[in-house]
Amino acid sequence: MFLRDATTCLLLLAAASFFLAGLVGLLRFPDVFCRLHALTKADNLGLGLVCIALIIQADSWHGAVRLLLTWFLVLVSGATVAHLIARKALQQGQTPWRNR
Amino acid sequence: MNDLSVYAAAGILLFFIGLYALFFRRQLLSKILAANVMGSGVFLIFIGLVKQPGQSTDPVPQAMVLTGIIVTLCFTAAAIALAIRLKELNEEHHSATRPEDDFG
Amino acid sequence: MTLLFGHLIDLLLAVSLTVLAWRLLATSDLFKATVLFIAFGLLMALAWVRLDAPDLALAEAVIGAGITGVLLLTALRHLDSGARVARMSGRSGRRSLRVLLPALGIMPALLVLLCLSSPHIRSTAGLTASVIERLDQIGTDHPVTAVLLDFRAYDTLLETAVLLLAVVAVWSLHPVRPIFSPEPISPAQRGLLRLLLPVLIMTSLYLFWRGSHAPGGAFQAGALLAAGLLLLLLSEQRLPGRWSGMFLRLLLAGGFMIFLLVAAGALVGTGTLLDYPGGGASWLLLSIEAALSLSIAALLATAVIGGRPSDRSTEFPPRRKDPAGEEG
Repeated sequence: MFLRDATTCLLLLAAASFFLAGLVGLLRFPDVFCRLHALTKADNLGLGLVCIALIIQADSWHGAVRLLLTWFLVLVSGATVAHLIARKALQQGQTPWRNR
Repeated sequence: MNDLSVYAAAGILLFFIGLYALFFRRQLLSKILAANVMGSGVFLIFIGLVKQPGQSTDPVPQAMVLTGIIVTLCFTAAAIALAIRLKELNEEHHSATRPEDDFG
Repeated sequence: MTLLFGHLIDLLLAVSLTVLAWRLLATSDLFKATVLFIAFGLLMALAWVRLDAPDLALAEAVIGAGITGVLLLTALRHLDSGARVARMSGRSGRRSLRVLLPALGIMPALLVLLCLSSPHIRSTAGLTASVIERLDQIGTDHPVTAVLLDFRAYDTLLETAVLLLAVVAVWSLHPVRPIFSPEPISPAQRGLLRLLLPVLIMTSLYLFWRGSHAPGGAFQAGALLAAGLLLLLLSEQRLPGRWSGMFLRLLLAGGFMIFLLVAAGALVGTGTLLDYPGGGASWLLLSIEAALSLSIAALLATAVIGGRPSDRSTEFPPRRKDPAGEEG
């Protein structure tokens, strides 16, 4: 019981650090492509960790499946939306930032 | 003080922020958003005051707020259609009277 | 410890809702305001979860954040395209409104103080007990569904009428325009549609089925179905011309008409409007709900498209002409 709770806590803390990193990237990165990169990658991992942490606590298998499904749907729609935003930005003529 | 009163308090603030924006913003879309925010404030007051900690929420106000959410969407759709029509009429009027203005 | 965290989350949510509302109404960039409004809707859904109202959370997430968001973003394309954004004209009314400013500051402060300090402001009993008590007389186990379709069915009947009226109002204002940009849509978006549409339809059916005994029901199911329809429209799918005439109108009015028919039938049968006869209540409620769900989905989607279909049987919404032709 204790081990289960401790694992959940650790996973949630790790997830929070991913979310924090994603947030800092979103606020500090120079252009829309970098910000999308920070947001999607960090948030998908963070959400995955949250889902795993909650699956450990789930009391039935269908609750666990629902959590996994949530993660999967957010992954798919997040990736597509990031692609669409980046595509629109390219069409509008924004050039990706280069460190010179 | 009850722990869930914060939502009712936030609802009151939302209502007045919305009212302020409804009076003093000039753009029509902002006014529509303001009315939406006011509506959300009223719903929060409704449920925030009814909710007793440790009990399930009263179904009657819940059903009324559910109705309210749908009616808010109806209002928004109709108001936006009116705003777009108003803009079209303005433009027609404008281009009919002073056609050279568009390029000047 | 857990309680303290709960209080903290409540406080944080309430404060961020207020700040977000202030920010979205203070900015003059309408696109920013719209995006902030969608975020506001999602936070409202969280607040409903905290207030133990999952029905409202579902409705707010789909309607308040999702469908209203699409509606506002579509409107922005039309409103923002010209040089001048639609504004109220005339300055005279605003000057006199300045008198109200002190009241706008003092009133909320007083009310908030009253609300936070007085525990007697809330009613003690509420109606939960009376609703639960009468649940076994009607064909559903979920209190909110029972209130919506039985105890306060009159409200719901008129609500569907309002929904129908809103679409009539939108249709009477202008004919439909092409709604989305002429650029070809990305294959990734088609892929997402193919994946999400079955999931949305499944979830909608699930919510519909759940409505009889748990949070969910006709309105949430209809709203989710409308979200699916909007996703289809966003991917350049259209209602074929032969369906955009009578069929569409029947679909839009169907929920209200069946509800009204049942109400009238009850009036003839039992002498009271909307007083369902005892034995048949369950399947009656089910058929009303099914018709309502489909109608609500169609009504919400058409309200977002905005504008009536043209009288000749053409696709709805119409195809956008190629950009070169559109300039003229």
